[in-house]
Amino acid sequence: MTAITDVAGRPTRPRAAGEGSGRKRRSGAEGVRSGPVLLVAWIAYAILPWYWLDLSGSAHPLAGYPVGPGGSALALGVTGRAWWLLPLLVPLAIATAGWRSADPQRRNGLLVLGGALGLLATLKQGFLIGLKGWSFAWLAALMGGPGPTQVGFGLGAGVLLYAFLLLVCQGLAGRGWCRGDAFVVGAVGTVVALILLFVFFPVSTILASAFQDNAGHLALGEFAAKITDQSVWGLDCVTGQLRCGVAWNTVFLGLIVGVATTALGLAFALIATRTRFRFKGALRLLSILPIITPPFVIGLALILMFGRSGAVTALLSEWFGVPRSRWIYGLPGIFIAQVLAFTPIAYMVLVGVVQGISPSLEEASQTLRASRWTTFRTLTLPLIRPGLANAFLLGFVESLADFGNPLVLGGNYEVLSTKIFFAVVGAATDQGRAAVLSIVLLGFTLLAFWAQQMWVGKKVYVTVAGKGDAGLPAPLPRRVAWACYATAVPWALFTAVIYILILVGGFVRSLGRDYTLTLDHYVAGFRIEQGLGGWVFSGGAWDSFFATVEVAAMAAPLTAAIGLLTGYLLTRQRFAGLRAFEFSTLLSFAIPGTVIGVSYILAFNVPPFELTGTALILVICFVFRNMPVGVRSAVATLSQIDKSLDEASLTLGARSWTTIRLVVAPLLRPAIMASLVYSFVRAMTAVSAVIFLVSAQYNMATTYIVGRVEAGEFGIAIAYSSVLIVVMLVAIVGIEALVGKRKLGRRETAASPAVAVGG
Amino acid sequence: MPKAPASVEFRSVSKRYGLVTAVDDVTFTIEPGTLVTLLGPSGCGKTTTLRLIAGLEMASEGQILIGGADVTRLSAADRDVSMVFQSYALFPHMSVIENVAYGPTVQGVPKARAREMAAEKIAVVGLSGLENRSPSELSGGQQQRVAVARALVLEPQVLLFDEPLSNLDAKLRRRVREDIRALQQQLNLTVAYVTHDQEEALAVSDRIIVMSNARIAQAGTPRDLYEQPADLFVADFIGDANILDGVLEEERGERGLIRLGPVALDLARRGARSGPVKLAVRPDAMAITAQPNGRASVEGVVEHSSYLGRSLEYRISSPLGELFVVDNGRAAVHPPGARIHVGFSEGGIVVLPG
Ligand SMILES: Nc1ncnc2c1ncn2[C@@H]1O[C@H](COP(=O)(O)OP(=O)(O)OP(=O)(O)O)[C@@H](O)[C@H]1O
Ligand SMILES: [Mg+2]
Repeated sequence: MTAITDVAGRPTRPRAAGEGSGRKRRSGAEGVRSGPVLLVAWIAYAILPWYWLDLSGSAHPLAGYPVGPGGSALALGVTGRAWWLLPLLVPLAIATAGWRSADPQRRNGLLVLGGALGLLATLKQGFLIGLKGWSFAWLAALMGGPGPTQVGFGLGAGVLLYAFLLLVCQGLAGRGWCRGDAFVVGAVGTVVALILLFVFFPVSTILASAFQDNAGHLALGEFAAKITDQSVWGLDCVTGQLRCGVAWNTVFLGLIVGVATTALGLAFALIATRTRFRFKGALRLLSILPIITPPFVIGLALILMFGRSGAVTALLSEWFGVPRSRWIYGLPGIFIAQVLAFTPIAYMVLVGVVQGISPSLEEASQTLRASRWTTFRTLTLPLIRPGLANAFLLGFVESLADFGNPLVLGGNYEVLSTKIFFAVVGAATDQGRAAVLSIVLLGFTLLAFWAQQMWVGKKVYVTVAGKGDAGLPAPLPRRVAWACYATAVPWALFTAVIYILILVGGFVRSLGRDYTLTLDHYVAGFRIEQGLGGWVFSGGAWDSFFATVEVAAMAAPLTAAIGLLTGYLLTRQRFAGLRAFEFSTLLSFAIPGTVIGVSYILAFNVPPFELTGTALILVICFVFRNMPVGVRSAVATLSQIDKSLDEASLTLGARSWTTIRLVVAPLLRPAIMASLVYSFVRAMTAVSAVIFLVSAQYNMATTYIVGRVEAGEFGIAIAYSSVLIVVMLVAIVGIEALVGKRKLGRRETAASPAVAVGG
Repeated sequence: MPKAPASVEFRSVSKRYGLVTAVDDVTFTIEPGTLVTLLGPSGCGKTTTLRLIAGLEMASEGQILIGGADVTRLSAADRDVSMVFQSYALFPHMSVIENVAYGPTVQGVPKARAREMAAEKIAVVGLSGLENRSPSELSGGQQQRVAVARALVLEPQVLLFDEPLSNLDAKLRRRVREDIRALQQQLNLTVAYVTHDQEEALAVSDRIIVMSNARIAQAGTPRDLYEQPADLFVADFIGDANILDGVLEEERGERGLIRLGPVALDLARRGARSGPVKLAVRPDAMAITAQPNGRASVEGVVEHSSYLGRSLEYRISSPLGELFVVDNGRAAVHPPGARIHVGFSEGGIVVLPG
């Protein structure tokens, strides 16, 4: 092997004899570079505008800089206009002293101390001093007078907060956290901070405001009265003619919807996997439909069929003399709409579970002379039982969280999500009441979510075999097969009719009354005219359409990035509190959109984080509601990719960020595309949370449609809905065709389909 | 310029995962330019020790030094250590040359130079001509060599191997382990090598560290371990042993007179005192004959015999207990039930201290 001596005699990189550290000459202290972060912190404090700038106002936002509304913290502090910003110099100085210190131990300690103090101090002054002076009554009493005032955090404050956070993370990394990896600690810190700010903070604001009266004083008695109110928990419907409490209504609806969707989902799943059914391709559609259908569209279609002047109602009354009635408004309507909307979710859960049963188990049973029916009863059913529980809980939670269908179909049947909405936007605005109802709803969903995690979450995929399992799945016993067809086929046809109706409904003048073909609805919504200065989008729907696409397009990459980063941290890193971290990332999944919406207006309507009325709050809302989808697909993909790939990269001197860029991200490409598409699409179809957050400037497509429905303009609503569905179908199918079947090397990388909760 | 391999030193290092202690108060030194094997049964903490050297795990306690410098809190990317993984961990989306050039590339070496360095190492491991294949188009042995080339390319101070041969067939294993040893000696590398195959360990190592239950059972040269096992565990783990009860009857300076049933032996005493002692008897230190053979033999009955081609293995019941004997001679095959005599030679018997 001459080559060896050759190479050995001619080292590729000069290395001084006896030099200890070889190729990587960084010592521990230099491994983490906090200089740039510190510099940014100083810039944020001394130069950037500290407060939120009102760009819509007439005055120039930077008038009077460096003081004035766009002034920096340092200038405002020194001139005494915001003297309370001066103490922030202390943590900055501590961190700077740490940076200059040569002793790594001391240095890291000072970085952590300075960063943590800075975070605390910045937040403290922000929460204590608000728009109208001291934010708390006791503080005003203590300090006397109304106190100084300030608006919400702006660029400077935001950047400084983040810089402080990074300094803490760098100090911790220097002390050996997360294998001394500053990027990882920083990423964990960032994700945790974002979840705290945009999930926990709003939710705790709701809790807090439930305990206050509308003037902001602690009112435990009022809380107790509200939460035990007869209108929430009353059981009159059992004994008499009166209505039951809204909590029972909601739970009852959730239970029957859960049972029905699970039964239907199971029927579809068995047909898809265990029969020679010829139209299985159609079942594939089932897994796409719920993702691209705005949640209330089904309800809308039901009105158009069965409402007082609906198509079917009209037929029945003309041919059979059945009187027109409003039966669809209320429990029956919501039930049918939700079952139609959520059956696909049960199907997607159950089809995975049924496929996961190793055929050899069933073959083993049959070689033991068990009949098909015995095998099904004693083996197949028990094996899918956890899957059934899972599907049921998902259906239950979806029903609880659904807002669109009860809104358009509810009639007199009140559920929590709509009641919350009307407590906020209705004539009698009562934020405390909304908060209390939100707590009840949140309690139910968290309970169901917790049950799902603890009880069935882990058992669902028990029999997925690692080795390729030859063998054929047992065909269904005949009576089971017939039962499946008998339930599934009518519903499938019904669903098909509904979607056909949605697609054609926009092209007739008025469903049920006047079937003249017309393009009026589309013209009203999507007219484009040639004006003086070129093309003008003069249709009424364009504004909301563009706003929706814009917000969704901003939210999608952020959602994917944060979701995937979190998934990477969950699968690839170990740190104290990992389980709690995982649970908290999934939590935003379990919080109903309505609750999120209410909590966002409560939390972000006032300084220091004053975001309502901007596009930013919509983007943030989408990011944190849809993030779990990205987390899931990243976790699913990454757990199939050998961890030693990352480690090999690390030992070759690549830092985590380089490793992510060069090794992890290329292997994650399918998951990245999947989360991009899903977050985009879900941002376009969401309604429950955004309906609280939209502003005149940023109206969303879904809220626009709901508005049309409420105004009775069904034609344009349905036309707009079908436009949305088609746009999203094209997006999904296009992307799937592009990346869906990609394989990387020998490893399978399957992005799991997303099942998302809430509307 | 002479290349300077570095030493690796553990000072009372422990690693805990929650309640599990994977490495417990371990102290050792790997001298520069030597190949040291970590050997032990499954779950004893070998991989964890290796990952502690690499910086893929952080020590819960203790100090780790590489080349005399404290690296305990340094991340993997900051240590001058490369690792060859059991699964090879080749990047599936990169070609062979991209895989090998990865290290220099992420270190900021210009691309052309990085590829040049990679090509050199690919030549060293004898894979020239396969540069543009993807890893999935290589055989297991070739993938293994790509992994070695990738680990070598930065000429690390320390090179780590975690069971690098476990995916290869028996023949290839022998060849590749010789290649690794040759490479280590010619490039003068410090290598830590994990295996649970004692034969592999004996064949390639300068020194072996035997681990058991997260601790070091014994460290030494292969010869030390085989001939002077520190305890019962090491005696049994390295090269099998019959553990028999004997009696030390008379201390004779460093040696002693030891009685094993009817047999009297003169052995190195290794610190044992008069009284009962444990003896480790290597399976090939006994000879089976049909007739009594001198004073050092006992009677026995063949319980079971297996024909292994190059040797014969017997399980024999005797007054000393059950004996496991490997007969390398081409003598007659004794069928089960045969009454035979087992002769002892002092060469393959050691007193176990303690
Ligand atoms: N991440 C972890 N969390 C908890 N325990 C772990 C972890 N990694 C290893 N262990 C435990 O530490 C012990 C040592 O593991 P290690 O992987 O070092 O064993 P090993 O000697 O390499 O075994 P093998 O020969 O089977 O590879 C084992 O008991 C193992 O269960
Ligand atoms: Mg191991």
